[in-house]
Amino acid sequence: MDFLRFLTRRVLYGVVVLWLISVATFALFFIAPPDVARTLAGKGATPQQLAGIRHRLGLDQPLLLQYWHYLDGLLHGNLGTSYYSGAPVSSMLKADLPPTLSLVIGGAILWVIAGIGFGVLSATRARSLLDRFTTTGVLIGYSMPTFVLGGLLLFVVFFQLSKAGILWFQPGYYPITQNPVTWLGRMILPWITLATVQVAVYSRLTRGSLLDALGEDYIRTARAKGLSERRVVYRHGLRSALIPVTTQLGVDLATLIGGAIVTETVFSLGGVGQSTVQAVVRGDLFFILAVVILTATAVVAANIVVDVAYSFLDPRVRLT
Amino acid sequence: MSLTEVQTIGASVEQASARSIEGRSPWQLAWRRLRSDKVAVASAIIIVLLCAMALAAPLIASATGKTYAEQFRDTGTTAQGLPVGPGSQFWFGTDSLGRDVFIRVVYGARISLLVGLSSTAIAVLAGVIVGLFAGYYGGAIDAVLARFTDTVLAFPYLLLAIALAALFGPNLLMVIGVISFFSWAALSRIVRGQTLSLKEKEYVEAARAIGSSPLRIMFIDILPNVMAPVIVIATLLVPSAIVFEATLSFLGVGVVPPTASWGNMISDSLSWYTTSWWFLIFPSAALILTTLAFNLLGDGVRDALDPQTERIFAGRRRRSKPLPIEGPTLVEPPRPVTEGE
Repeated sequence: MDFLRFLTRRVLYGVVVLWLISVATFALFFIAPPDVARTLAGKGATPQQLAGIRHRLGLDQPLLLQYWHYLDGLLHGNLGTSYYSGAPVSSMLKADLPPTLSLVIGGAILWVIAGIGFGVLSATRARSLLDRFTTTGVLIGYSMPTFVLGGLLLFVVFFQLSKAGILWFQPGYYPITQNPVTWLGRMILPWITLATVQVAVYSRLTRGSLLDALGEDYIRTARAKGLSERRVVYRHGLRSALIPVTTQLGVDLATLIGGAIVTETVFSLGGVGQSTVQAVVRGDLFFILAVVILTATAVVAANIVVDVAYSFLDPRVRLT
Repeated sequence: MSLTEVQTIGASVEQASARSIEGRSPWQLAWRRLRSDKVAVASAIIIVLLCAMALAAPLIASATGKTYAEQFRDTGTTAQGLPVGPGSQFWFGTDSLGRDVFIRVVYGARISLLVGLSSTAIAVLAGVIVGLFAGYYGGAIDAVLARFTDTVLAFPYLLLAIALAALFGPNLLMVIGVISFFSWAALSRIVRGQTLSLKEKEYVEAARAIGSSPLRIMFIDILPNVMAPVIVIATLLVPSAIVFEATLSFLGVGVVPPTASWGNMISDSLSWYTTSWWFLIFPSAALILTTLAFNLLGDGVRDALDPQTERIFAGRRRRSKPLPIEGPTLVEPPRPVTEGE
């Protein structure tokens, strides 16, 4: 019963946040609206033509009415149509999702494995040479802006190898359905670029929380029972140490659904992020709203899932 | 040995011991710890040099007789119109428009440091004030702050920055504003938390009893005791602000050419790296060196102010503990600027 009440409250709160974000985006857009009609009609357009375009797009209606139409469509599952291409926003998103999902899922697998791996190694061998090595890596990862890393990888890996005739790491997205090998070759550098900063964050998080966990009483109990060190660390320690890591992963994946703008730009992948930048610059309101709402929904949902997961994993946490 | 001699020795011993137990404030102790941290000192020196370079940029430019926006169409580009490599005339080579990369890197430091330091200053000021009020008064102010920080943290900040740039045209003030706006919330949360516990302390009660005003209590009694985490976060906010600015400029929504910023230089260079590596490498190196130095200094400051906590980037450890059981962490570093958040 408590659980249901918690869930209801959080979902309601989430809906309010989403609504606020949609209002904020809409309002922000109309504080200084880009002149969509003029961009569409070109320089030599007559006022009549401009008025016609505005009328066709519904831009001549009062702001509140426009918002009402949008909300009405949204509640019927219609995300609206793009001002520019005239295509439904949902089909535009569908076209942009494959590169973004390839990038985010592959990158996440990479950073989870490497991050947790390095974290565990440096926690179990604290103060060793390996720990030093890892922490230095973390430092560099923390200090390395994503786009610098991407640029350097393109220069050092792609360009140098392409001089030798190896065109594996070419920038640009290649659909996995057409040739998985080409797809893989082109995704490797973007994955590394996206994952590096995250590896730093995750290994530091894992290291800290595993060291915390290994200091707990139940670990002493487990050792006293005569369990092997391996079992103590991995079965007893790591299990609870991974709770905060899971939290972080949920939120990170959710935010990245809205596109990894920087990595997509460096490697010209043409995913959600790059389209969003273009939409923002041109003032394609409904596409922006769709992406903002998609991302915010994912974040809100991830937070709820994480909170619920927490209460199952750790009996001391209560849902309030 | 005469009696007087013994007495003098005794006196000098007393003096010596009096000297050696001379009282030191926690700040003095922290300063001593920081000064003995070689990595932190080296980082501080690099930062000072960078600041000097940024301040002296016009002098450097006039000494070489070039300006950062000047396009050397005849000497700065080859006959095919390609950038010229590093050499005696152009130390770091030229870019695609024949501009001197060295001068532009020097000028880029101005933008990076200006944005990094000023947006951190604004964020610290706002974060401290809001955090103190929310923690001290609680209630409605606190609730509003909590909801507001939730919203700020849930907002895709890169998108907001791009939107603002599209609306008002990219400019430096907007960049500083956006970065400050997204930096203060985490800081105010920490100040709020500390204030919550400090306001229950006896000395605050005593201050209240002698009739100190709430403002006085907040800023004279509580503030000095929350300064340690504030200083640590501030030092670590600088590099993240610098990276944020570079990222915005890279995407074309921060500082735009002809003004030189490391971000927009790297952005330009990405279409030229196949022929002109210098154009990519030098600004990248400058950016990495700067963020690295600030991160290392921040780590050192944190270590000096709170020796109990684990260092983030544990360079060389001075204390050797048998088992690394960590105390509660004082502050988490601000997360590096990642995608989309």
